[in-house]
Amino acid sequence: MSIVRKPAKYKPAIKEPGIPGVLLMTEDKFAFTPNDPNSNANLDVEFRSIKGHKFSKDGSKQILLNLTYDSQKGGGYIFEFDNFANRNFCRDYVGTVLGKLQCAPSAVPPSGHTSLSTAEMEHRMKLLSEKLHMQFVIGGVLTESEFWATRKNLLENNSIKATKQKTGLKNAILADFRPLTDGRTNKVTFSLNPEIIHQIFAEKPAVHRAYLMHVPSKMTEKDFWRKYCRAEYLYRTKNSIAATAEAAEDEELAIFLKHDDILADEIRRKIRRVDPTLDMAADQGDDFVHLSISDDQGIVRDGINDTGDIENELSKRSLAQDLNRHGAVVLEGRTLDVELGDTRTVAEALAQSKKESSFNSDATAQFERLDRFSHNAEIDDLQEPRKIPFAPLCIKDPQDYFDFQQANGVRASSDFSFGMKSDGSKMSIDEAYKIIIAELDEVIKNGISDPIMRPEAALKTFNWLNQQVSSSKYHMGKNPQDSVLDSLPRDTKAELLHHYRSVEELLKHFWASYPITTSYLHAKVVKLKEAMSDIYLKLEMIKKSVKSEYRHSVSQLVQQMHQMLDAAFQHYDSKQQESCSEED
Amino acid sequence: MKFDIDDVTVYFPYSRIYPEQYQYMVDVKRALDARGHCVLEMPTGTGKTIALLSLIISYFLSKPQSHTKLLYCTRTVHEMEKTLAELRHLYTHLPPSSPLLALGLSSRKNLCVNPDVVSSSSRDSVDSSCRRLTASWVRATASENEGIKTCDFFENFDKAIEGGPETVMLPSGVYRLEDLRTYGKEKSFCPYFMARMMIKYANVVIYSYQYLLDPKVSGIISKEMQKECVVVFDEAHNIDNVCIEALSVNVRKQTLEGAGRNIGKMTEVINRFKATDAGRLRTEYNRLIEGLAQRGDLPITDNWLANPALPDHILREAVPGNIRKAEHFVAVLRRFVQYLKNRLQTENVETEGPVNFVASVYSQAGIDQKMLKFCYDRLHSLMLTLEITDTDEFLHIQKVCDFATLVGTYTSGFSIIIEPYDQRMPHIPDPVMQLTCLDASLAIKPVFDRFQSVIITSGTLSPIDLYPRLLNFNPVISRSFKMSLTRDCICPMVLTRGSDQLPISTKFDMRGDPGVVRNYGRLLLEMVTAVPDGIVCFFVSYSYMDGIVNNWNEMGILQEVMQHKLVFIETQDVVETTLALDNYRRACDCGRGAVFFSVARGKVAEGIDFDRHYGRLVIMFGIPFQYTLSRILTARLKYLRDTFQIKEGDFLTFDALRQAAQCVGRVIRSKADYGLMIFADKRYSRHDKRSKLPKWILSHLHDAHLNLSTDMALHITREFLRKMAQPYDKTGGSSRKTLLTQEDLENTAESILEML
Repeated sequence: MSIVRKPAKYKPAIKEPGIPGVLLMTEDKFAFTPNDPNSNANLDVEFRSIKGHKFSKDGSKQILLNLTYDSQKGGGYIFEFDNFANRNFCRDYVGTVLGKLQCAPSAVPPSGHTSLSTAEMEHRMKLLSEKLHMQFVIGGVLTESEFWATRKNLLENNSIKATKQKTGLKNAILADFRPLTDGRTNKVTFSLNPEIIHQIFAEKPAVHRAYLMHVPSKMTEKDFWRKYCRAEYLYRTKNSIAATAEAAEDEELAIFLKHDDILADEIRRKIRRVDPTLDMAADQGDDFVHLSISDDQGIVRDGINDTGDIENELSKRSLAQDLNRHGAVVLEGRTLDVELGDTRTVAEALAQSKKESSFNSDATAQFERLDRFSHNAEIDDLQEPRKIPFAPLCIKDPQDYFDFQQANGVRASSDFSFGMKSDGSKMSIDEAYKIIIAELDEVIKNGISDPIMRPEAALKTFNWLNQQVSSSKYHMGKNPQDSVLDSLPRDTKAELLHHYRSVEELLKHFWASYPITTSYLHAKVVKLKEAMSDIYLKLEMIKKSVKSEYRHSVSQLVQQMHQMLDAAFQHYDSKQQESCSEED
Repeated sequence: MKFDIDDVTVYFPYSRIYPEQYQYMVDVKRALDARGHCVLEMPTGTGKTIALLSLIISYFLSKPQSHTKLLYCTRTVHEMEKTLAELRHLYTHLPPSSPLLALGLSSRKNLCVNPDVVSSSSRDSVDSSCRRLTASWVRATASENEGIKTCDFFENFDKAIEGGPETVMLPSGVYRLEDLRTYGKEKSFCPYFMARMMIKYANVVIYSYQYLLDPKVSGIISKEMQKECVVVFDEAHNIDNVCIEALSVNVRKQTLEGAGRNIGKMTEVINRFKATDAGRLRTEYNRLIEGLAQRGDLPITDNWLANPALPDHILREAVPGNIRKAEHFVAVLRRFVQYLKNRLQTENVETEGPVNFVASVYSQAGIDQKMLKFCYDRLHSLMLTLEITDTDEFLHIQKVCDFATLVGTYTSGFSIIIEPYDQRMPHIPDPVMQLTCLDASLAIKPVFDRFQSVIITSGTLSPIDLYPRLLNFNPVISRSFKMSLTRDCICPMVLTRGSDQLPISTKFDMRGDPGVVRNYGRLLLEMVTAVPDGIVCFFVSYSYMDGIVNNWNEMGILQEVMQHKLVFIETQDVVETTLALDNYRRACDCGRGAVFFSVARGKVAEGIDFDRHYGRLVIMFGIPFQYTLSRILTARLKYLRDTFQIKEGDFLTFDALRQAAQCVGRVIRSKADYGLMIFADKRYSRHDKRSKLPKWILSHLHDAHLNLSTDMALHITREFLRKMAQPYDKTGGSSRKTLLTQEDLENTAESILEML
């Protein structure tokens, strides 16, 4: 490797103006000599002590390169350059040197702008095992940062998967737990777990309140649940006399058996928010036929006759009520963030979340609701479909998203005009105008080809693909899990896979570097092209070297890669010609 | 869209119309032209309500000089809200500046905005809290005495009304109950009295059946309606039952005891007045001598429920002399209550006609028929004189007087049944005296007589010729429409066997069989796994539903069902049921899916729609027969056989199947909607039962679907749902149009009529 010598300014700190001088880099160390011989800013540092390098983005205000010796604290030697070309050259140089020095690059891979999270690190380790890094970065085809930059998005995809989805409540009734009897003794066992307890609290606010009040000041948690289970048992066995007796003795126990007053309040509040076209409670107001109390005719008379027990203040809880209540709680679906471990915290968190929700719910606009209900009354197929309000698109990282879009746009539009523009050598308005006119002329002359895709061509491709699919299926056997690769010898398979990944990687970089706006990119493309032709030849070799029995399937696999590479070469050539003709 | 039917320009709020809606409108128009009544059956899910509303309102608009009114009667308040919502939609499509004032009328409980009053729980307590603040004598004393509370909303309204009705006039528009309340709050007017007053000026009044059918209510609310009014009874398949209920009274032991207490209290008050303010009682006496009707020009707030007998029968004569004096009247009441108490102590079931009953009252208590007849009005007068405002406590004596007046007025069409206990629980003494009306035409007669056009319509009025007979009137048009479907969007099935191929039924001897219970459970379980969104199940009665749900719970079937969908249940508590329904809809909206267990003949079956994803499948467990051993039903059946020559069995089947059809009909709302219907009982496969179903269901009931077992039904269900999920041409293609645009109407109006 050669020696690099570039003019640069050394900045002891980022805010300082910097000392002009010359940066000299060799394979194992770099040195800075200020122009002013009196200055004592001489540097002579071995690359061994450098942990990594950072740099400002292309096109940013300052053209910086920071060689860090302490990646945690961020200490480093900062150099400012006059132009990006010089800086990038140095940067790439540093990258390769560092890459070589840190022979096991996985130890501390040089970071771009941010320090690495463990997740990113893991991801990189995985990638490194694919040997691509070795091949390209150290081989000098790609720089360190470029290699990782394309990988970053992959990682982001992973991280999206990692965010936890909020799960709703389960349908199943847990609170309706059944006692276990062992059949020999008269012992009855109830078993509770935190999830069940949570559901009990949510569905029976009175129990929840009692818990907050009495535990642990008045009784222990165990006593509390024992009482609760006792009440449940009494209820379950429908032993109303025993229940009344026990409730009279033990006022805490009575809480569990009595009518739940908090629920009653809640019901009163909720009934006001119900869709008026469902509100059967309103009918009671209009029902003059059943003039008064205890008037039972027709179906009501057909029902269970609730004579007696009216004085009994213990609630006549029915299965139906339990089911309805359960459904309501599930639909409210407020899951707590706290771990379902400690009952006390669960109870408190639930109380807290209830407070919040009651705060929010009153604010809902009454009239909006009514309007929505009245839309329900319309017959939908007699009119044009109503526009459903769309949820606004939420873009997680707008910057990234729009940059990407712009890049796409650039690629789609005529490449070279845009390329010239962003190169800094701006086109004059006249020139731009001429180009547009020329384009228009062409369109007017030839017309926009319609359809854009020629049907014959499309059909041809389609047929070809079909043939491919069917033939490969025929060759590969009937089982879709059987891949062609499995039938190949292991070495060939590994080689092919490796080449495939390489091709993929190179192409990714190749296409991403268009349009070519800087000489650096130009150089990069040339390098990439060379690497690709290398692989192209290697693939040819493989094809020739394999045994005849595998040749067909291998050639099929190689053919795909060749096609991808050919497309790239073609593109390269056409661009090359364009630029040549321009220069002429 | 806008089109012409003869000379009327009809405004229709949608851009397309079903052909049967058009035909329906043509028929209604003819009935209106002929100034006669009509009976129209049109399948659910074809937009009856909007067709009716838009035709009748357009009809009014085309004849601005006639000041007619539309009285639209719904079964329930929530149906009223639904109708008002449709009317609102129509209103936005009427030509601008067309004068239309439409409002829903309900009780104080639903309209009151006074926070002190509306917090009361029941209707009666709201009514009496309102009276406590607004009764004329309360307001009179309040004007002298600062300490007495009145209702600000009413006072404001009353003050404003002095400037003439124009000052309180509602602007043109459609007012839902919520809108009335909001308007009332804004202007600080009492919405209830405002609405009561506005019905005189409104073009469309929507209220519940009872405001027209129950003489007690219609006597106050509807007495000023002119003959030209058009009356609509929507969802009228149960109208005969409503009529009968409106004139039936039950008296129990508790009622009589309460009445005794009320009498005691009245005596107390009378004695107090005698000592302090004897003049007041004398004035009342004098007024009664002069034969003045009690319901003369009473202030609007002093009105309470009117005489239960019919307008024609009352008050051509003066109150008989022997009950004019307050203490005499109270003594008569006391004797009457005592007589009823004695009658209740019987040990056998007794059935009697009103004539015999009156004779026996006369011989044993010395009260003649005329005195009985005037009981109710006399009581009303007395309570006003005594300035009693807590009317909710006096319900018992009111009921007794109600009973007395009805018995005193009618000589036929009623029967009095005294039962010492409920037949199903003979060991619990629960004596009840039931005055049941047997003749549905009695209550509705004044409606047919008073108004020139009465339209009776519903999705299930089969057989359509039965209704005019039951209600005793002559319709000018009576017609049953078929449904022209774009695709077979309903799929009725009769399930006769469970998954183990054993027959299933809710027949009395089979319903307790664990095999049947399990088979029903398995059916639900299979369906829950196959059908998306909402499923509705109807059971034959509350007790049966409770039993079977408990059994399923014990068997673990319910838990398995809950793995797939949430379960909600209708209970006898309406508030709870309302919330359950609301949650059910939310569960369907959010995609979790739910099952709703309901009861045929229950409140939910009567008026709640399970359209679109709210109901993709209805399962009717069993045939919802009435409790056939009930004495009331027996008496009614006997009456029907004697008067109309309708066989008992026929009527019972007819009644059960109209309920079943009503239940399953809730599933579809428009032609774009689709749903499955499962009749799970082996008896449905019999021709005599099945043939009573409405035509529009029968026409989709294929022969292959008449005798299915659970597994076959499941297969059909899957197939059907898959087919329905495909996109389709909504207009129904060129050959058979099922959706018409304005153009189609103009071009082919004639041919459509022929086609139908």
